[in-house]
Amino acid sequence: MLRLSLGLVTVFAFSVIIFSTFSFLPGDFATEILGQSATKSAVKALRAELGLDKPPVTRYFDWLGNVFQGDFGSSFSGRSKVQGDQGDRSREVVGLIVPRLKNTLFLTGVAAMLAIPLSLILGISAALYRNSYYDRSATGVSLVTVSSPEFFTAYIFILLLATLFPMFPTISTVDEDTTLAERFYRTALPVFTLTLITMGHMMRMTRSAIINILSSEYIEMAKLSGASRYEVIVKHALPNAWAPISQVIAINLAYMLIGSVVVEYVFNYQGIGRLMVGSVYNRDLPVVQACALIFASTYVILNLIADLIGIISNPRLLYPK
Amino acid sequence: MTSNKSKELLLEMKNIHIDGFSDERWHKILKGVDLTLYRGEILGLIGESGAGKSTMGKAAMGYTQPGCKIIKGEINFNGIDLAKLTEFEKRKIWGTKISYVAQSAAASFNPAHRLMDQTISAANRLKINPTDVLKKDAIKLYESLQLPDAENIGDRYPHQVSGGQLQRIMTAMAMSPRPELIIFDEPTTALDVTTQVEVLSAMRSIVDKFNTAAIYITHDLAVVAQMADRIKVLRYGEEVEEAETRDMLSNPKEEYTKSLWSVRSLIKPEETNQDYILSIKNIDAAYGSSKVLHNVSIDIPKGKTVAIVGESGSGKSTTARVITGLLPQTKGEIIFDGKKLSQKLEQRSKEELRKIQIIFQMPDTAMNPRQTVDEIIGRPIEFYQGIKGKEREAKVIELLKMIELDETFLDRLPSELSGGQKQRICIARALAANPDLIICDEVTSALDQIVQEGILKLLQKLQKELGVTYIFITHDIATVKAISDEIVVMYQGEVVEQGLKSKILNPPYPDYTELLLSSVPEMDPDWLTNLLNKRSS
Repeated sequence: MLRLSLGLVTVFAFSVIIFSTFSFLPGDFATEILGQSATKSAVKALRAELGLDKPPVTRYFDWLGNVFQGDFGSSFSGRSKVQGDQGDRSREVVGLIVPRLKNTLFLTGVAAMLAIPLSLILGISAALYRNSYYDRSATGVSLVTVSSPEFFTAYIFILLLATLFPMFPTISTVDEDTTLAERFYRTALPVFTLTLITMGHMMRMTRSAIINILSSEYIEMAKLSGASRYEVIVKHALPNAWAPISQVIAINLAYMLIGSVVVEYVFNYQGIGRLMVGSVYNRDLPVVQACALIFASTYVILNLIADLIGIISNPRLLYPK
Repeated sequence: MTSNKSKELLLEMKNIHIDGFSDERWHKILKGVDLTLYRGEILGLIGESGAGKSTMGKAAMGYTQPGCKIIKGEINFNGIDLAKLTEFEKRKIWGTKISYVAQSAAASFNPAHRLMDQTISAANRLKINPTDVLKKDAIKLYESLQLPDAENIGDRYPHQVSGGQLQRIMTAMAMSPRPELIIFDEPTTALDVTTQVEVLSAMRSIVDKFNTAAIYITHDLAVVAQMADRIKVLRYGEEVEEAETRDMLSNPKEEYTKSLWSVRSLIKPEETNQDYILSIKNIDAAYGSSKVLHNVSIDIPKGKTVAIVGESGSGKSTTARVITGLLPQTKGEIIFDGKKLSQKLEQRSKEELRKIQIIFQMPDTAMNPRQTVDEIIGRPIEFYQGIKGKEREAKVIELLKMIELDETFLDRLPSELSGGQKQRICIARALAANPDLIICDEVTSALDQIVQEGILKLLQKLQKELGVTYIFITHDIATVKAISDEIVVMYQGEVVEQGLKSKILNPPYPDYTELLLSSVPEMDPDWLTNLLNKRSS
């Protein structure tokens, strides 16, 4: 309960930070859209229309009040004719975000399905065959992947799998009509990129968590009572490793979601990350706020889940004395 | 115990050599030790830390710790040489034919599984009896080990039962597959004396009941005397001597074996006076919301030694923390040298701080590993007395001489010292402040018997020369006899009794003191039997 309320406070604080950072950015939506040659009165009129003339504190609380009622407001951009068939009417932020959020969740979901089991298997086996050539090369390679920035990894994939050996497309544009198989095919490269950048960290942490546990006395005891290698790992080490491992997974899933901002941009994928970058560019505050709020809440929720797993897997917390 | 044992050979270890890898090179841990064990017999393996007794015990299973290897030797168990078996073959013997009881039960149970599942896991692997039969049997074992609520205790997790109970459950776990041999590796070392008695008697009766052979490893002679039919003494990886328990106790042959007794023969004549250097009055103290001291009052006579004894959790170390100001009391006052001391460390003057010094249990962790002996002892001289340069160096050397070391130690780091030397440096550091009162918190309990004796003698000598007062916190009654003038007995955060040594250690006792004193093992092999008879009658 305490964790939950702390999580809410975190999300709230985050929204304040985003909001205030925005007020420090030079220019606002009105100056950005009307260009440098705009007359002062035109800018003023547009500001009044959007409510930008009110003091920031008032605007923040207006926005917050609406969010609590499930209303994320309307995009600024929609009111110009740039966004196409919606005509003069501005688009609801929710309507704008939901399909893109789905896309991003698809992307990160697939990447997570690939990255989590792979890194667990690699991490556990590296811990088992500690200091072998296998362990050394696995930890070495993972260090390289952790250290390279995601755009670099993305371009390496493009070079290898799209240019030199053309297997996958470099542009991952999808729309609502794209079939599932087609989706997998088109998103292959961004999925690989996200997998690779998070796998290294997860694998290394799994390895060290297991190694840490393998050196404890109850493992020696288990060996001396005749437990096989498999039994030692699965029955004795893993149940005690879930807490640290789930923490790392949570951090990496959140990192994946945030990493998707860059990756979506590189592969031109219609996800929430790309939407956010575009909206920052346009100073489209309601959209940016909503995106930021989504990122922050995912982060908090993932950590809550990890804590929960930590509690469930630890009888010391589950059954007090 | 020795009477009806068969002479059928169970285990024969010949010329065991084991090397261990540490500090970048290989060391010899065992240098050709032999061992024979007959069915149903209990062999005591004793020695100081580093003697190789634990390594020998594990080698009896054909197991070596990571970083160790068997160089040569035969381990014949029931005619099979364990040293030649593969890991896979050994696993069929481990836990079922030979089982192991570890020193720290709290660390040796897997925190993630229920006790019952862990108790029967080895027997389950045999696939002879179905799980429910094993569970019923385990409950019977729990009962015969006198565990409370034997029916349900197995459903709990390790953190939900006490240390003494865990140790008994581990014995049940070892016994569950009915092994031919059990290795007990210091099973009672981590327990309080009063708990130790219960665990010892439970282990002895169950081993007797099933006529299981056992190797009992310990550094405590009095404990091994209660358990073993035969005793083997190890030192530096070699055998010193071996004999039947009674012969060994009444007539030890080797000089070294005799010296193992010596600390117990150290006795100080008591003296006291009414001139109190420190009086604590009606002290209450708490960690967070849990209250640990209740109305504690103690008077410390000047220039004498007061021993505070009690089990873990009795509040003796907390009392020390309150006196030093590390833990402010919630009620009561401390009078030192006629003046009231502030509760908080930060509010005490430098002079007040100087006069009370503390020596800790673990010299390893009490010293900065990156500082040389010169820096460690020199700092308090500089800090409290403002002495610098040549004069300071002379002072440090003087202190080193006082603790029977010399100036060659000046540039050494703590890692280059033995355990006893480290504790001596800690004593010198306390003395460097020229204190009136030194609190010794379990200062000898991490040390071997012979080293203990040296430290205790040194502390007595220093008291005679400097007239310093000691508060000596310990759970070891032999140490108390050796050093104290007065004794304070504590139990669950309260003072049970305070008085002269002769008064406390002689009848009549209050109930708790009686229990505590009678639980201290004696060098008499019949001690445990007699004690249990007396308690049950």
